[in-house]
Amino acid sequence: MTETTDTWNGRADTGPAVETSAEEAVHLSDGLQVEGLAVDLGGRPVLRGVDLSVAGGELVGLIGPNGAGKTTLIRSVLGLTPVREGHITVEGQANTRARRGIGYVPQRHEFAWDFPISVHDVVLSGRVGTIGWFRRAGVEDYRATREALDLADMTHLKDRPVGQLSGGQRQRVLVARALALRPQVLLLDEPFTGLDIPTQELLTDLFRDLASQGRALLMTTHDLAGAMHTFDRLYLINASVVASGRPGDLRDAEIWTRAFGFREDSPLLNALGVKDV
Amino acid sequence: MSDVLFSLGMLTFGEFLQDLTNPLLSFLPKALVVAVMAAIICGVIGSYVVLRGMVFVGHAVAHSVFPGIALAFILQGSLVLGGMIAGVVTAVLVAVFSQNRRLKEDAVIGIFFVAAFALGIVIISTAPGYSGSLESFLFGSITGIPDSDIYVVAGAGFLLLGVAFLLHKEFVAVSLDREMARSAGLPILALDIVLYVMVSVAVVVSVQVIGNILVVALLVVPAATARLLTDRLGWMMFLSPTIGALCAFFGLYLSWAIDLPTGGTIVLLATAVFLLTWVLAPKHGLLGKWLASRSVDDNDDEPHLEDAAPPQTLRAGEDEPAATLR
Repeated sequence: MTETTDTWNGRADTGPAVETSAEEAVHLSDGLQVEGLAVDLGGRPVLRGVDLSVAGGELVGLIGPNGAGKTTLIRSVLGLTPVREGHITVEGQANTRARRGIGYVPQRHEFAWDFPISVHDVVLSGRVGTIGWFRRAGVEDYRATREALDLADMTHLKDRPVGQLSGGQRQRVLVARALALRPQVLLLDEPFTGLDIPTQELLTDLFRDLASQGRALLMTTHDLAGAMHTFDRLYLINASVVASGRPGDLRDAEIWTRAFGFREDSPLLNALGVKDV
Repeated sequence: MSDVLFSLGMLTFGEFLQDLTNPLLSFLPKALVVAVMAAIICGVIGSYVVLRGMVFVGHAVAHSVFPGIALAFILQGSLVLGGMIAGVVTAVLVAVFSQNRRLKEDAVIGIFFVAAFALGIVIISTAPGYSGSLESFLFGSITGIPDSDIYVVAGAGFLLLGVAFLLHKEFVAVSLDREMARSAGLPILALDIVLYVMVSVAVVVSVQVIGNILVVALLVVPAATARLLTDRLGWMMFLSPTIGALCAFFGLYLSWAIDLPTGGTIVLLATAVFLLTWVLAPKHGLLGKWLASRSVDDNDDEPHLEDAAPPQTLRAGEDEPAATLR
């Protein structure tokens, strides 16, 4: 545990967004706790006995093969999927109460990019649930939108129609929309899919900054090699948690073959820097 | 100009305006008012329809109002009210059945709208001498709009535009991304039903003039045209009813002047405007895209050339662009 803290401090020192004076004032989120989660979809067991936690300041990766239940886990936290068993706590509250305080960044293909709307208005639309029925956005909503645009580094593009954005910019818009709620917990569903490496790296910097300001970030990804040096901690799931820990603690090839069904001589194991122990 | 029109057997615009004030032709201004109001309503609601990609839902609702209208016709009730009830019932059925992920929305719609239309045909066939009224249901008719319908259409219009105004941000959020809207706590199913009901009301108030078969055009064509002209939702929702209202007005004039079916003329005029926009729209039209690619080429070849130069020279002569395109 001490090691994790060191790593985090080390990164925060070099991180551009965190100033020394602000660092003391960083409010660490209570984050997200999932205990004994079991979920069925269409009568089929999808998740069983999942324990998972993300603390404030942490960037945690959720990896697993297709159908492992990554998206289902995220949807359960959001309260979008009925939960069979288990407790989900967000910021110290049951997730059903706190769910409007969770920032959710869905996969990019879920969004109607051909809609005639500007970046600013998309980010503002993130507050639709808090503005309330029959009411228009107020000063506070515009202020939160401006902050979110700043955080995601999209202020210079705020008047651009979303259809004209690149893949990386689109991802930033979705992040900014989630941030418009000023959430302390951010859930990101495969933000890297379909993006080139430099774009992924810039986004990683953004996620790192957001975490270092005290937020808890949980993110699914298919890029296993990248995951090994992107995240503070990793959860390998396949219906249940197969293994978890800091990337350095996941060097046992057996874990990976068990979670993903790799063959023992799979070249991917080398790419991950994983060896038989 | 007027000589040419006269020799074609066509009324001039001035004569049309005179006819509008002629007490013997009192159905004409009524038809005009209803057509323009219907076009405005459809223009606003149609913007959501086009952006949500639910044009097929519009078709379904348009056809499903038919049994209600037929029943109202037989029972001598209000056609608008009958159509509204039938449309709303079908809209709710479609919305509820499409929540089942095993059935795609288009299959559900395919079932319900054909069934509703079939029901309408069966109902109206029981009325004696039904073929004439069937034709006016299907293709619209500008005579025989009762005075009360003007108030019904106006009332429905205010109601619809009011609801659209009040629920605008929710409709936008759901259109952008259902998953996110759901996680924000919005009641997706209820909002879908409200939107479907709005579409059916818009359809019903337009059926009188345009006809049951063509009414979808009023929902789709002006909104699609407006989409080509702007990247701003606010502008789109202003342009779409404006285009629709102009097409309804001049379509009715043309149909009166050349003695053509009103619904068909309005729809064809709107389609012509759409095609023209598709070619000439500044940013999203063929011409705009061609100009954009050309100005990029010019910049590559001659960096000292001003960016704005090529579009300006082309815009000077209005008919030039079409000629250059060929």
